[in-house]
Amino acid sequence: MTVKRLDRRRFLVGATVGFGGLAAACDRIAESSTGSSVLNAAESITYRAQRMLLGANRLARELSDSDITPDFKSNGTGNPSDKEYQLLAGGNFARWRLRVDGLVDKALDLSLSDLRALPPRTQITRHDCVEGWSCIGKWTGTPLSEVLARAGVRAQAKFAVFHCADTMEGGDDDAPDDPAATEQAASDKVKAKVRTTLDNRRIRYYESIDLIDALHPQTILAYEMNGRPLPIPHGAPLRLRVERQLGYKMAKYLMRIELVDSFAGIGDGNGGYWEDRGYQWYAGI
Amino acid sequence: MQADRWIYRHAAIVRVTHWINLLCLTILLMSGLQIFNAHPALYLGEQSSFDRPVLSMTAELQGNGFAGVTTILAQPLITTGVLGVSKLHGKDVERAFPSWATVPSGQDLATARRWHFFFAWFFVLNALVYLGYSLASGHIRRDLLPSFSGLRRIGSSLVDHIRLRFPQGDEARHYNVLQQLTYLIVIFFLLPVIVLAGLAMSPGLDALFHWLPDLFGGRQGARTVHFIAAFAIVLFVLVHVAMVILSGVFNNIRSMITGHYNLGEGD
Repeated sequence: MTVKRLDRRRFLVGATVGFGGLAAACDRIAESSTGSSVLNAAESITYRAQRMLLGANRLARELSDSDITPDFKSNGTGNPSDKEYQLLAGGNFARWRLRVDGLVDKALDLSLSDLRALPPRTQITRHDCVEGWSCIGKWTGTPLSEVLARAGVRAQAKFAVFHCADTMEGGDDDAPDDPAATEQAASDKVKAKVRTTLDNRRIRYYESIDLIDALHPQTILAYEMNGRPLPIPHGAPLRLRVERQLGYKMAKYLMRIELVDSFAGIGDGNGGYWEDRGYQWYAGI
Repeated sequence: MQADRWIYRHAAIVRVTHWINLLCLTILLMSGLQIFNAHPALYLGEQSSFDRPVLSMTAELQGNGFAGVTTILAQPLITTGVLGVSKLHGKDVERAFPSWATVPSGQDLATARRWHFFFAWFFVLNALVYLGYSLASGHIRRDLLPSFSGLRRIGSSLVDHIRLRFPQGDEARHYNVLQQLTYLIVIFFLLPVIVLAGLAMSPGLDALFHWLPDLFGGRQGARTVHFIAAFAIVLFVLVHVAMVILSGVFNNIRSMITGHYNLGEGD
C-alpha cells in the first residue's frame, strides 16, 4: 500500500509540475508581443470564415414564447451609478435622446417615442454570454438599419460604435457592484482597477460592429424585453441586439451611435471596452 | 546470434501529425479548463437553468476556511485542494480547476479564448492532413479496420490485455483488434463529437446551421458534451500511455519518432 500511495503521490506531483511548467511557458508566450500576435491571427481567420459562410442576412434561430428564460441573468453593469443616468432614469427617460452622428449625412437626436414610431421588430432569441451561460429573451425594438437609413451612412463609414451611459472605470462615482458578479468579472475588475490607477480617466462602456452586422435584419435597438419596457439591469432605456455574436457585443444603456472608419482614438483603439482588455472584437464564436 | 528484425511502422505524416495532435489537445484541454472556470457549471438543453446544473464547482464557507465542492447530479463531493478551492502561490483561492491545470495559469478568460481558438484551428487542419493522408494511402483500411477474424478474437484480446500479455514478434506487426477499435472510435467518433459540440457553441455558426445545437439537445447540452468528451479523450490518453509503457516504452516511442519498430529476434 505504501508503495502504491507513493506512486500515486509521485504521479500527482509529476502531473502538477509537468502541466504547471507548460502553463507557465504558455503564460510567457501570451505575454510576449510576437506570441500574442500569432495567437490573435486565429481571430481574423474565424472572422473571415464566418463572414464567408454566413453572408449578410442569414438569421439567428428565433424561438417561441414558451422558451423564454424566467430569470434572465443580468451581467456587467446592473444599474449605472452615473449622475446623468440616474437623472434620466428618475424622469422615466423622457429627456433621454439617442444621438446618431459621425460619418452620416444628417446627425439625429431620437427620443424613445421617435424610435417607437419607426417600424418595430420582435424576436425571441438565445443570448450567449462569453462566460458560457445562455438565456432566452423576447426583444422588441427598432432595426438599426431603419435608423441608419434616416441618418444616411456615408460611403467611407466602416463601423458603428455604440457609446453607453455606464462608467466602468474612473470618474467620480465608483463603478457599481453587480450582485451576480462572477469570479471572472471580479478578476477583470481587479485588472481594471490597476489600469485606473495608471491613468485616472473616466472610461464608459462602448462597443462596435461592422456594417454587415449593423444592417442585419435582426440587429435592433431594443426598448422592450419580454413584452415590457426594458428593465434597468438589462440596459434601459435602449440596448443593442446583435444575435449572431456573444453578449458583450450587445451594449446596454445606449446614448450615442457613431459611424466611423476606424477605432483609432476611441478608448484604447480595439473597438470595445472588453476588446481593450483582451477579448476578441469578433465574438461570433 | 540472430539479428533483430525491424519493420517500418509509422509513415512520416502519421508521426508528425501525432505529435502536433498531442500539442494541440494539451493546449486545448488546459485553455478549455480556464474557459470553464469563467462559469463553472454545466446544464442540459438550450439554456442555463442556473438553479439546476448537472455539474458545478463552487467554494463554500466551512469552519475557518473555504471548502471546494464539486456537485454532480445534485451529489456534493468535497474536492478542496483540486476543484473549487486550490492553492495559488501558497494561498487558497476560489477557482474551479487549479492554476497548474489551466492556460493561462491565473484567472484570464480573454487570453484562454485566444489560446483555445488558435489551437482549435491548428487541431482541425492537422486532423485534415492526417485524415486525407490516411484515407488516400490506405492506412485506415489496411491498419485500422479490423478483419472478421480479428473481430472474432475480441474476447481473447481483452483477456490478453487484462493479463498484460502483449503481442510479440510477428503478431506485433499489426495493431491488435482492441487497438484498432479504440483508434477508430477516437478518430471517427470522439474527436468529431468534440469539434461539433464546440462549433455548436458558436452563435455565428448556429445562425448558419440551426440544427447544430439540437444534435446535443441545445447549446448548453453541447457545452456539457464538449466537457465530457474532453475527459473521455483524457481517459483515452491515460490508457494509451499506460499501454505504451507496458508494451515496450522505448520501442514504441522510437517507432513514433523514427518510424522503425523492433520485432525482436527472429529466425
